[in-house]
Amino acid sequence: MKFIISLLLIALLSFAACLYLPWWSIAIATFIVAALIPQKPGKAFITGFLALFLLWGGLSFWISNNNGHLLAHKISLLVLKMDNPYLLIAATALIGALVAGMAALSGSYLRQCKA
Amino acid sequence: MRIIPFITSAVITSGLVVVLNTNLVLPAPLGKLLSPQHGIWQNAEPANEDFTANLKFPQLSGKVNVYLDERLIPHIFAEQENDAYFVQGYLHAKFRLWQMEFQTHAAAGRLSEILGDKDPRILNFDRTMRRLGMVYAAEISEKEVEQDAATKAQCDAYTAGVNAWIETLTESKLPLEYKMIGYAPEKWSNHKTALFLKYMSLDLAGHDEDFEMTNAKSFFSADDFAKLFPAVQDSLDPIIPRGTPFPVQKVFPKTPANADSVYLNSKDLAVEESFKPDKDNGSNNWAVSGSKTKSGAPILCNDPHLGLNLPSLWYEMQISTPSFNAYGATFPGAPGVIIGFNDSCAFGFTNGGRDVRDYYEIKFKDDKREEYLFNGEWRKTKWRIDSIKIKGKNNFIDSVAYVQLGNDWCPVMYDKTYSGGRNTNNKNYAVRWKAHDASNELKIFTMLNHAKNYADYSAAVVNLHTPGQNCAFACKNGDIAIRTQGEWPAKWKGQGDFIMPGTDTSYLWQGMIPQDEITYQYNPERGFISSANQKPVDETYPYYMGRNYPMYRGITINKRLAAMNSITVDDMKALQTDNYNMAAAMILPLLMKNIKENELNAEEKKYADLLKNWNLRNDVGSKGATVFEVLWKNLVDTIFHDEFAKAPKVVMHPFESSLLEELLKDSVYKFADDISTPQKETLADMLTLAIKETAVILKKAEADGKLDWEKFKGTSINHLARLAPLSRPNLPIGGGSHNINATKEVHGPSWRMIVELTPQTNAWGVYPGGQNGNPGSKYYDNFVDQWAAGKYYQLWMMTKGEEKDKRVKWVMSFGK
Repeated sequence: MKFIISLLLIALLSFAACLYLPWWSIAIATFIVAALIPQKPGKAFITGFLALFLLWGGLSFWISNNNGHLLAHKISLLVLKMDNPYLLIAATALIGALVAGMAALSGSYLRQCKA
Repeated sequence: MRIIPFITSAVITSGLVVVLNTNLVLPAPLGKLLSPQHGIWQNAEPANEDFTANLKFPQLSGKVNVYLDERLIPHIFAEQENDAYFVQGYLHAKFRLWQMEFQTHAAAGRLSEILGDKDPRILNFDRTMRRLGMVYAAEISEKEVEQDAATKAQCDAYTAGVNAWIETLTESKLPLEYKMIGYAPEKWSNHKTALFLKYMSLDLAGHDEDFEMTNAKSFFSADDFAKLFPAVQDSLDPIIPRGTPFPVQKVFPKTPANADSVYLNSKDLAVEESFKPDKDNGSNNWAVSGSKTKSGAPILCNDPHLGLNLPSLWYEMQISTPSFNAYGATFPGAPGVIIGFNDSCAFGFTNGGRDVRDYYEIKFKDDKREEYLFNGEWRKTKWRIDSIKIKGKNNFIDSVAYVQLGNDWCPVMYDKTYSGGRNTNNKNYAVRWKAHDASNELKIFTMLNHAKNYADYSAAVVNLHTPGQNCAFACKNGDIAIRTQGEWPAKWKGQGDFIMPGTDTSYLWQGMIPQDEITYQYNPERGFISSANQKPVDETYPYYMGRNYPMYRGITINKRLAAMNSITVDDMKALQTDNYNMAAAMILPLLMKNIKENELNAEEKKYADLLKNWNLRNDVGSKGATVFEVLWKNLVDTIFHDEFAKAPKVVMHPFESSLLEELLKDSVYKFADDISTPQKETLADMLTLAIKETAVILKKAEADGKLDWEKFKGTSINHLARLAPLSRPNLPIGGGSHNINATKEVHGPSWRMIVELTPQTNAWGVYPGGQNGNPGSKYYDNFVDQWAAGKYYQLWMMTKGEEKDKRVKWVMSFGK
């Protein structure tokens, strides 16, 4: 239950933060949630990782799909040197996931320090 | 000790954020770039994007409605004229902000500021721009604009509109290129509009060959020089037909007494090469009178040939106000319609191409360059200190000396501190460029947008000083006209072909050709006017016109127009996209006569046969065109290679037309002999050699599947910052420099327009780009295929009452 709530809360808070703040506010949002809702470090990492993987992957897929993947074709060539929109979406999801996973881990460890 | 895991993971997290937010480790800040709510994904425009908007701006004094049609062309309807320019600025910025700023940064020599100096050409480019006095020129024209209340108000409104858009920008809304390169836009200003116009002046009136010509003159004998670089072209069909009487000469430029010894025959070398605008920045325009058309109404056509880029230089729009209603191509960066039509008439331009950029050798008292010799006295230099910002580095300080030659302060562009990458023998060269002179070019466009008749056109065009243009005009009342407009220096024969002595007044420009001696044609008997950058007049015109003009497109156009009758818009489309190669038509019979078939092997003969059976057209799929173009280039190289073997590295190569003209006159051509061998070679020998070399190139092309002309040529429309995936390479389009369809590799017809001036205007046009500069929009390059195929769009001059027309897709309303 904590896992689901954390996951949803991280995704929601990250999305809201990014409406007004720079992209790395996802790290802060995730950190706060992980520090407030106690989970084991490993599980916290997975929660944060999954939350942002789904959020960024889902958002970028939704945007790209509406765009007919027109831009993703071009940018994947520019950034990844290969023409594959899905790879660019995966890269996006992975970057968000990594940052959030690490932030969640930090949050969980902080809680352990206090406890 | 529980704190250790926390600190470790917190440090890793922060490190990760830093790595992904900067390009310290990765080549790009991938986190920032790929964040779906901030980065590039925000530029992925939904296929069904809704452009509807309802906007309020206190700067407006009335209501403005913009109807965006299915091609994303805005039709602006404003109650107040200046409100229309505000909205024009807003729309230019909304759809093209990045290119507007990039082009003006380039003009101001500020590319290092955004791109850094990894590539040394960037800082060199910046220094070249500054030392040419681009900012100096823009400041002068900005001051001139301040003098004219109407233009000032127009520019102010335009600038306010651009800034109104910029103010709405958040990180996520920035154009893609800002995110990719990593910088942010600054405020627009009238100064930037002036810079943009100077950017066009540089492109159109910035070309010079003075250094190359000086070296060629030093290297070749006077006889050879005259043959290689003739001032007269026999086949020329000038813009003003031969035999047309000219007005009485009023300015008499005097050749300096010592010109023969210290200038025309001096053997002093100059060595220099730097950034050069494309010499072929040319164009076609013509208009036929109603007597030659099926409808009885005049038709005007124009296709300016410029560098082809994405986003395009042009943005299409209609501007309708109580005082005028104009449609056409506009420049993102400047107000008004540039090439287009209104309810009464149509107007279009080709480049005048005369030499208005000359160099003077300056003598400084000493290395400090504080004083220079002029008219026998030492005068004080003025300094302009340029601090060039470089991304990630300290500023580069460049001090440019300005010297006063006559009344004009001219930058010493090349001196011991700057050679443009080459050695200048420690000489000092000041540049006198017509674009430094005060003028208000925006006025011509504003006045043409309002023009109702020939008198209005005449009053408008005289405001164009630099870049000088051949201004074509056609009117619903039946008038057609062309004027070789510009403020042109009145030169003595040979003036400005080479670097000139700058120690006294004798070599300075002595005045301008009076405006009433500027040549024009108004309803000529032959029923048409035309220009294609050829020399505008024949040799009886009293002023010196320089040497190097392209002439073959002009010959084709005039021949064809003279023969055509009962012309329709479809005929004009066919003519404007015509791939007939006039240069080939003139020279090929002579070449075929000189081919020695017995000296060719089977492969070489195969290519020679392709040429024999060629229909003289550079069409898509033509193999003969590829053979001709490669052979001609090889023939020129083969013939001149020996003469130029020991020439200075920077030297003028023979004009394109010189070899062709000389061969037609005399096939026992002096330069055909290879001077490095004892025997005497002939044209036929050179041709055999050239065919053999051509065959090697063509064999390779054939193996690569690139023997068809369009594949061999490979026309590309490149992104302005040269980002390959945002470009459109290898387009299936024919043409070439001597075809009316002058489409080359990265250069060609940048806007094709045909306007039939029937009571209900019948206009057609296309440009190789799209209305939206965002590479993530389907409107980014959606006109490219239509353009490549030689097809047009009908241009819709929307009228009041058509607001519910099905072509209107979105409405943007602007109010106070």
